[in-house]
Amino acid sequence: MVSRFTDPFEALFALQRGLESRLASDWMGSGTAAMGSYPPINIFQRGDDFVAVVELPGVDKKELQIEAKENTIRISGQKSINYDEGASVHRRERVSGVFDRTLSIPVNIDPDAIRAEYRDGVLALFIPRAERERPRTIRIT
Amino acid sequence: MARQPELQVQQKREVEGKPEGTIPARMFLPVTDIFETDQALTLVMEMPGVDKNNVDVRVENDVLTIEGRIDFSKYEGLQPVYTEYNVGNYARSFQISSKIEQDQISAELGDGIMRLILPKAAKAKPRKIKVS
Repeated sequence: MVSRFTDPFEALFALQRGLESRLASDWMGSGTAAMGSYPPINIFQRGDDFVAVVELPGVDKKELQIEAKENTIRISGQKSINYDEGASVHRRERVSGVFDRTLSIPVNIDPDAIRAEYRDGVLALFIPRAERERPRTIRIT
Repeated sequence: MARQPELQVQQKREVEGKPEGTIPARMFLPVTDIFETDQALTLVMEMPGVDKNNVDVRVENDVLTIEGRIDFSKYEGLQPVYTEYNVGNYARSFQISSKIEQDQISAELGDGIMRLILPKAAKAKPRKIKVS
């Protein structure tokens, strides 16, 4: 389901339904990389390639490490919260701590060509499919 | 140094109750910390994906309302294959008292974190009482 609508509100709703419908789908298979660990991840397909989108609000770019090897991507780091000195807390909902999550992509990817972007608290990983995995057009002679 | 606890996933909470939105899309409550110092009340809210041009902060009838919109056009042409969370705009309101200098509220947004400083009115600042 590719969202392409002229009405922006309809587009957002369609995107939300699309995300809902793939919630914890079995695309990742029954690998060892468990679902439900921090941070939550959404994976999209664009053409032959993949985009992983991770919400990491308040994580300093310098505290974020991304490693890729063969088909696995490891995202680790820490999120720190600093209260002002002498502050008394009325409400505490944000959580801080360390995280370390490994993803196994069930498709051969090109780990050297992964590109990462972190903006407004959202990390996007652009993951190209391995060259040998790309579908080829077969010419009929 | 004490090792920090391992982070757990927090489920997003949806905005419930009135006022109901006019569009069918779902909205989420930004996770918020509120703390107080002698000078001010500080609100720290997590709104990942919200750019500073897409956020509204207003005070009306002693209610502070914060709204953040995500740029979902970035998702155009992307087909979800595996998902663990949903995305949407954020909204949350708080009742504030007259002890806040309502016209001096300041806000800044960076890395998906919105920080609002609500300065206290002079009469609301604590006085040290001397014991004689």
